[in-house]
Amino acid sequence: MTIQESLAPRLSDNVRDERLGDIIKLAVLAVGGQGGGVLGGWIEALARANGYVAQATSVAGVAQRTGATVYYIEMAPRSDRAPVFSLMPAAGDVDIMVAAEMMEAGRAILRGFVTPDRTVLIASTHRALAVSEKMVPGDGIANADEVRAAIGVAAKQSVLFDMDRVAIENGSVISASLFGALAGSGALPFPRSAFEAAIRAGGKGVDASLRAFNAAADLAEAGSTPAYVAKGGAGAVAPDVPLRLAGAWAALQARLTALPEPVRDMARAGLQKVVDFQDPAYGGLYLDRLARVQAADSAAQDWALTREAAKYIANAMAYDDIIRVADLKTRASRFARIKGEMGVKDDKRLLALTEFFHPRAQEVAGMMPARMGARWQGDPKRMAQLDRWFDKGRRIRTHRMLPFLTLWFLGGMRGWRLKTLRHAQEVAHLEDWLALSLAEAPADYALAVEMIRCRRLIKGYSDTHTRGLGKFDRVMGMVPVLRGRADAADWLRRLREAALMDEEGKALDGAIATVRTFA
Amino acid sequence: MAERSFKAEVEDLRLGDGQTFTGEGILAITKALLENGVGYVGGYQGAPISHLMDVLADAQDLMGELGVRFEANANEAAAAAMLAASVHYPIRGAVTFKGSVGVNVASDALANLASSGVNGGALVIVGEDYGEGSSIMQERSHAFAMKSQFWLLDPRPNLPSIVKAVGDGFELSEATNTPVMLMVRIRSCHVTGSFATRDNKRPPLTVREALSDPRRDFSRVVLPPMSYAHEQDKIKNRWPAAQRFITEHGLNELFGPADGKVGIVLQGGMYNGVIRALQRLGLANLHGDTDVPLYVMNVTYPIADQEFLKFCKDKKSVLIVEEGQPEFIEQGLSTILLRAGLPVKLHGKDTFPMAGEYTGQVMLEAIGAFLRQNAPDLLPAQVLAPNAAAPAIPDLSKTVPIRPPGFCTGCPERPIFAAMKLVEKELGRHQITADIGCHLFATLPPFEIGGSTMGYGLGPASNAAFDGGGERRPISIVGDGGFWHNGLSSSIGNMVFNKSDGVAIIVDNYYSAATGGQDVLSSRADNPTKSTHHPISRALKGIGVPWIRQIDRTYDVARMRDTLREALTTDAPGPRVIVASSECMLNRQRREKPLAAKAIKDGARVEVPRFGVDEAICTGDHACIRLSGCPSLGLKRLDDPLRDDPVASIDQSCVGCGNCGEVADAAVLCPSFYRADVIHNPGGAEGWWARMTARVIGWLMNRRAAGRLSFDGEAA
Repeated sequence: MTIQESLAPRLSDNVRDERLGDIIKLAVLAVGGQGGGVLGGWIEALARANGYVAQATSVAGVAQRTGATVYYIEMAPRSDRAPVFSLMPAAGDVDIMVAAEMMEAGRAILRGFVTPDRTVLIASTHRALAVSEKMVPGDGIANADEVRAAIGVAAKQSVLFDMDRVAIENGSVISASLFGALAGSGALPFPRSAFEAAIRAGGKGVDASLRAFNAAADLAEAGSTPAYVAKGGAGAVAPDVPLRLAGAWAALQARLTALPEPVRDMARAGLQKVVDFQDPAYGGLYLDRLARVQAADSAAQDWALTREAAKYIANAMAYDDIIRVADLKTRASRFARIKGEMGVKDDKRLLALTEFFHPRAQEVAGMMPARMGARWQGDPKRMAQLDRWFDKGRRIRTHRMLPFLTLWFLGGMRGWRLKTLRHAQEVAHLEDWLALSLAEAPADYALAVEMIRCRRLIKGYSDTHTRGLGKFDRVMGMVPVLRGRADAADWLRRLREAALMDEEGKALDGAIATVRTFA
Repeated sequence: MAERSFKAEVEDLRLGDGQTFTGEGILAITKALLENGVGYVGGYQGAPISHLMDVLADAQDLMGELGVRFEANANEAAAAAMLAASVHYPIRGAVTFKGSVGVNVASDALANLASSGVNGGALVIVGEDYGEGSSIMQERSHAFAMKSQFWLLDPRPNLPSIVKAVGDGFELSEATNTPVMLMVRIRSCHVTGSFATRDNKRPPLTVREALSDPRRDFSRVVLPPMSYAHEQDKIKNRWPAAQRFITEHGLNELFGPADGKVGIVLQGGMYNGVIRALQRLGLANLHGDTDVPLYVMNVTYPIADQEFLKFCKDKKSVLIVEEGQPEFIEQGLSTILLRAGLPVKLHGKDTFPMAGEYTGQVMLEAIGAFLRQNAPDLLPAQVLAPNAAAPAIPDLSKTVPIRPPGFCTGCPERPIFAAMKLVEKELGRHQITADIGCHLFATLPPFEIGGSTMGYGLGPASNAAFDGGGERRPISIVGDGGFWHNGLSSSIGNMVFNKSDGVAIIVDNYYSAATGGQDVLSSRADNPTKSTHHPISRALKGIGVPWIRQIDRTYDVARMRDTLREALTTDAPGPRVIVASSECMLNRQRREKPLAAKAIKDGARVEVPRFGVDEAICTGDHACIRLSGCPSLGLKRLDDPLRDDPVASIDQSCVGCGNCGEVADAAVLCPSFYRADVIHNPGGAEGWWARMTARVIGWLMNRRAAGRLSFDGEAA
């Protein structure tokens, strides 16, 4: 345009150009590697093939390596003169926001790209966890409900479902189901057939893409959020009971039903866990311990102590030893599950399994009879000898006969387990913890509940397990300091949560230092 | 082989007179180079112009037909030095790299080139890596144009304007004997659109022909007294010539009414953002026709004084839209106004923020504020007094986690840093420096290894102060890209010469991976036009590194850890260099996945590995994740009231690299990981034996299950 031309079309009296409303501004917020570029390409081709001019931009570079990244497209009906489009989305000025993951939907809202006056939000509700969420020793997963609530306020209209799952179930990737959800939302002025044509014109993986596209488009058109229900929980499974054990199991069931109602569900799960770990007699022992807790508890407190104890006693009794691991690894149900996950369903595919074991002297000594094991464990020379024999990575090919047999025999040593050093140590630890916690109950019930809950800190194997025990000891060691304070339980909870925040226990150090300042 | 192939798109570069090209900005730039009779091209990859290098590489056949020489230069300095061909020969040359870091590296050659001056048009296409998506420090390339006196183009970000700028740049360069830098921003490189094409033009003189008739002229050499003459020539001749050319050829553009008491002066690259703000303020229409006079500087250096003064005449106030800092253009314009004595009120960085990208919101707010203050009568009533306040949207800033880039699924660099983390657990924390490249992601959680990055190929050099050694040895990291970019001399040569006590780890993934998988000297792919297969370890030997260890499978975490421990504790004299080599998984998958899929379809025996986690065995401590961070290794909440913490879970994107198993073993983590190899189309005997084994195993399993209470539910 020359200077002369530009003088002519003076806008009349500040009247907003009505056709500006024809520009459709669409942003895609994705995680690098999700195929946002493919989706952008389809949308652009779709617009151009249907009488629109379109402009797309993206930010390539390192953001594509698993980082959050934005693709942006503007389009307007084709006319004799070219429109001027923006190269980036602006806060408060986005018509359609496609978020390829739940927290990216949150990020879109955070950046102001979703506003109630105009934005149709199309978001997949699945989570691709950020590193900061995953690396926490406890539970660091961001709260998707907060994002969901914000969507309710921020979006003019929203299409939300697990588009990743729809893609996987149809043998495709999420770009196809996002495109389907976009079509089904009706946010773009093009018929569904035009979307399909764009996929066909793309020419790559057309059939799978179309399957995922159509499945997602149907769901979006139906307008309802499909509920994917997970398979029944641990509490709901009816056990296979061999005739020989039917009586013992029935007796356990009877004791279970006699428990107060608020405790029952947790105790049922706990009972199953310990019986699965050992045998019905061990289940009886579990209920005995629970009965001790119950005796110190009352309905007035809604049986909170007993309920928590039902959970953590079970976890403590079903500790992670080599026998348990070998047992779990050699079950038919496991092989069937893995075959299903890996898609091995006919003779044209075989499954080969490799397990990664790294036993150390501690574990081997733990398998010895209690007194012998204690002797060995107390002797550094013997432990060094054990390390020389056993301390190396072992890869066990469980689909083969001999390696399977090794694990199978180990897994069958449940009868031996109760004589081992490890068992003696676990029982001693459990009884200490339980006795300490119960002793606290009469004076400070809430503190006792929190002490029971501290068992959560003990988990993992080898170094991780040792570290967990250390944190457990440090947190429990603060009980005498806190005892007698009205907020003792609350502080113990805070200490426990701090212990779960990082591996080295820096947050715990800080929390302990804080407690020391006042107690 | 680059990550993205442009073989199909490159065919569009053959379009001729009267046809229309539709596609991405970088392809348009390439097409424009060919239409303008360029004689040689080169450059060094780096976002946002990596793809330009890939396009050029893929267009080599076409360029060969036209007699155009293409070089994939060793680094930006080499690329800029190549423009020396245009000093004496009337040949147009163009090179490309990223700004501002690439320009930093190139600045030695660029300064010499600018002093010598050019005969043929010399164009430096800089992808300005600034704002969202940038991977570097936030600076401007603008300063280099000012200090060396070469001209800077910043065209409006649409394909016709960018294409025109290429032609304008060559002509301006030739008319003023000065190299020209053409700046394109991140999004301009990837913006799509259309433009009318012209026939490609063969260079009037090819570089091959030039060799038959060599030229030299000592007056162009940067040596005294010629260098003094060069400086005077720049100011007395080239500068005014440039200003004349800019005005006569209308390189800068005016939009909107000729009269008006306010106006906006903007960099060409800011045009679409300014128009969008004006559209939202009701002052521009769909096509960019506006009520506010605009002076669009497609040439941001030098400033055409008279043009600018003419625009300002009779205006009350003018707003300058200049992204980045310092505000070089605003300072220049202020001086011009002051000297001319014009009573115009100048706004710029007082209205706009000094630092940071000019996003849509920033533009809207600043231009809105300027107009409200200086020309409220222009604004529609609704803008002056908006109707209702927007509803409060819940604050998610505490909820949404940051998501910086990281290692890809199956990345071979992950196990290197897992091993380093394990060694640090044994030997304590070390002084570690990082470099530029994918391995820089190791500075972020979960690894947090390496505390500084001083530049491409400078990782070990940036540890030089510690070369003398101490209680614990300094460790530095450099990638294969950085090693060949200049690390061989600047970093390793520096270590050898100074008898460094340190340890350097060279992360060799067979490509310049972070920039998009371009080949380097040590690449193991056969490249028809480049010489590859030059092992890094041989180069190390050649320059006298006394202690070299080559690891050919980085996934062997235990070996990686042991080698590193040895390097940190051995009595052998340093420097010690470990070359850790495994192919970039992104590239490997791109190459192998289609082949494997085809082989399976054709009935061949193929093993496909993937990892899994036994949920019942995982205790939810996530120690494995702290040694991995792999995108395919996530968490899963179990439907089990007894469990508090989510357990590790591997999704189907796992490529079976092996890191999980190796780490579980080397760090003695837990036995919950397993590798599942699915064997497609097994042989007859193999299948028979597997069925027999499965039968025995199944019998054993059922025998045990029959004797116990089982809560599996799903048991076979």
